[in-house]
Amino acid sequence: MGLLFSLFTVVALVIIVFIGVKAAGLNYLFAVIIPYLAFLIFLIGVIVRVVRWGKVPVPFRIPTTAGQQKSFPWIKYSKIENPFTSLGVIIRMAFEVLLFRSLFRNLRTELREGPRLAYASSKWLWLFGLAFHWTFFIILTRHLRLFFEPVPGFVKVIESLDGFFQVGAPVLYITDIIFLAAVTLLFLRRVVIPQLRYISLAADYFPLFLIFSIGASGVLMRYFLKTDIVGIKQITMGLVTFHPVVPSGISIIFYIHLFLVSVLFAYFPMSKLMHMAGVFLSPTRNLANNNRAKMHVNPWNYPVKVHTYEEYEEEFRDKMIAAGIPLDKE
Amino acid sequence: MATPKPEELSKIDYKPPKTGWMDTPVELRPGMYCYAAKPKSLEYVGLPNPRSWSVKDEDWKLPDNWKEIFIEGLRERINKYRSFRLFLDICVRCGACADKCHYFIGSGDPKNMPVLRAELLRSIYRKYFTTSGKVMGKIAGARELNTNVLKEIWYYAFQCSECRRCSVFCPYGIDTAEITILMRELLNLLGLNIDWIMGPVANCYRTGNHLGLQPHTIKDSFDMFCSDIETITGIKIEPTFNRKGAEILVVVPSGDLFADPGTFNTMGELMLFHELGLDYTWSTFASEGGNFGFFTSNEMAKRLHTKIYAEAKRLKVKWILGGECGHMWRVWHQYHNTWFGPIDFLEEPVSPITGTKFEHAKSNKIVHICEFTADLIRHGKLNLDPKRNDNLIVTFHDSCNTSRGMGIFEEPRFIIKNVCNNFYDMPETTIREQTFCCGSGSGLNASENMELRLRGGFPRANAVRHVQQKFGVNMLACICAIDRAALPPLMNYWVPGVDVTGVHELVGNALVMKGEKKRTTNLRGEPLPGVGGE
Repeated sequence: MGLLFSLFTVVALVIIVFIGVKAAGLNYLFAVIIPYLAFLIFLIGVIVRVVRWGKVPVPFRIPTTAGQQKSFPWIKYSKIENPFTSLGVIIRMAFEVLLFRSLFRNLRTELREGPRLAYASSKWLWLFGLAFHWTFFIILTRHLRLFFEPVPGFVKVIESLDGFFQVGAPVLYITDIIFLAAVTLLFLRRVVIPQLRYISLAADYFPLFLIFSIGASGVLMRYFLKTDIVGIKQITMGLVTFHPVVPSGISIIFYIHLFLVSVLFAYFPMSKLMHMAGVFLSPTRNLANNNRAKMHVNPWNYPVKVHTYEEYEEEFRDKMIAAGIPLDKE
Repeated sequence: MATPKPEELSKIDYKPPKTGWMDTPVELRPGMYCYAAKPKSLEYVGLPNPRSWSVKDEDWKLPDNWKEIFIEGLRERINKYRSFRLFLDICVRCGACADKCHYFIGSGDPKNMPVLRAELLRSIYRKYFTTSGKVMGKIAGARELNTNVLKEIWYYAFQCSECRRCSVFCPYGIDTAEITILMRELLNLLGLNIDWIMGPVANCYRTGNHLGLQPHTIKDSFDMFCSDIETITGIKIEPTFNRKGAEILVVVPSGDLFADPGTFNTMGELMLFHELGLDYTWSTFASEGGNFGFFTSNEMAKRLHTKIYAEAKRLKVKWILGGECGHMWRVWHQYHNTWFGPIDFLEEPVSPITGTKFEHAKSNKIVHICEFTADLIRHGKLNLDPKRNDNLIVTFHDSCNTSRGMGIFEEPRFIIKNVCNNFYDMPETTIREQTFCCGSGSGLNASENMELRLRGGFPRANAVRHVQQKFGVNMLACICAIDRAALPPLMNYWVPGVDVTGVHELVGNALVMKGEKKRTTNLRGEPLPGVGGE
């Protein structure tokens, strides 16, 4: 149900652009107003969500320790997997955010004859995930060319590296292929593995379809339908300089691409995609395991009702005397 | 309700049902859950809605406004725990956690996949706290809270042992233990605890320990240990209780005072402390290191453990030495200092024997006994004869809590390797931070849920069987009292021929004490290798 719902939603989004631009001529709405709105929602939404998380206290220091603790100098401790210092935490977080360290541990559990449980290394999710996120990031960075005049040097460097193989005209970017392949594989994984299909919601399929469509429309525009690049850059420069212009004659595929990107931006803050910001706040990863050496303060720590020693002694006085256990009040 | 045979139980079907999980009503299967908490336990500690009820009953006798209580409780907690809020928000359902849970591996029940266990509550969170959930309902993964949903949450909150294995594999560190802990807090607002947790909690509040051992009973247990030690070694030990002015307060899990093989562990500790001439005391009041309150609510956990520092303060000791226990150390290591700090009435712990400063414990002033003993061995302070353990081929079970909520891996192994000649680790995907739960953690070691325990313990047992077949392992060492209670039946069922021991029992056997007579038996009264009988 979630799958079809998501698919139809994305198809509907494309149809909306067709009607809006081709039939109703709402070019300005789709090229200027919606992108501005989407970006605003994204910006405010992300800030609101992060601030809301940030306002919730971290009552306890609960890192998940994935290595030897720091105890004695003669026992080597895991400075990164079980960090004792802030530097260790920063490195742990960097590994997590940039290289998906935890996913790299992934295993596949299998029940065999015997019965025997076998654990095989399973890096596919890690590989697809990493490929997807990094190519997405590179592609986004490449798009900066549309928002700067002149184009910054590092963008040109990335472009030339990305088009290293010099295939086709315009030059084929490797990241485009990897990106679409990775999204496809992440989707297939979700459909093919029964357990994964069982847990998947519309909120899981929708971003995949949306992102795939963004990639596909981008690829169509660049390699196949040859759109008016000069006109597009006029639009994008107009947007960043707050002097929006909408030149005529720009292909519908651009409007589709831009609208889907706008939807992604607007959808981002209210979706699971917020994991991008959330991972930085995860208390099982971003805290040092030095609880016994350094006191962690809980802002809402409050006194609780307890059973005191005096009450205990009162209740068991005779038995304690009989057993020869010393008392406070003889 | 006979427990199925291993051949039966290990036929596990991992195929999810045809109906979606929201449309598959929960089936409360006997053998998979624990009995309901008794009203007198709740009354004793003043928890809400005490009444007699049974899991099998249609009517769980909830308060009229139970839904409101649950939702308001949820609201309060998402604003108190960033972990909770974040973990409800950011899961992408990538499925990396799915086959990491021992209960899922052992049962195949999809709602035991950590992701789905959390979704049970997330769906409620979405319905009542997010716009998309309110507007779009089921398509957004949201659902209405009703009694069936509540029963489902109850059933699966008590099929999670808070072991945190999933959290090691999660790309965002989502920790199902946090979800389960707070699920159980919410259930406790409605009086929905289990007897196996609530009974010990009430006991602990009154007598200082889960088992309800009163001061004279504790003294009697020690008398028995000391008499056994005297029979075995010829050495008379006279431990002190509630003694003011001792340098160190020793606190162990009460299971070690009560049942085998934990009692042998306490004997080992008694012998070690005697041999060192340690200036220490036991306490009949702070007579429990474990904390079943932690499986009830954070407040209850704090209420039970206040006694430890209170007793240390009253007895004017310098620091505290803690015994071998899993969740006890999670609480001591990750929560104590925050609840009770700053601990300025104690001193930074220093080993009186080696002079080692336990820098890593300088703030909360509690040292793990394996740290203490490893330091002694490292400094050559103990006269050890590992040959006395030569009948044992040992492997080591890393307890969940000390592994993923602390990281004490090398200290116990260092000790074992110094007191035993035959030690083999299990495969690396089943030990250390990837260790498997005994299947009975977090207060689930009752007898009526034996099927759940055997299923959950299957991955652990399977790894033990691997080293049994490969190296002839016949002894499973551990540093957790629940392990010592839960692993023997587990081994008996899945891996007959493997017994269970604490690490300090092994130390006690190997420890050559000044003036001891020639030992002929180990602490269990079994002939020492190369001595006696045949």
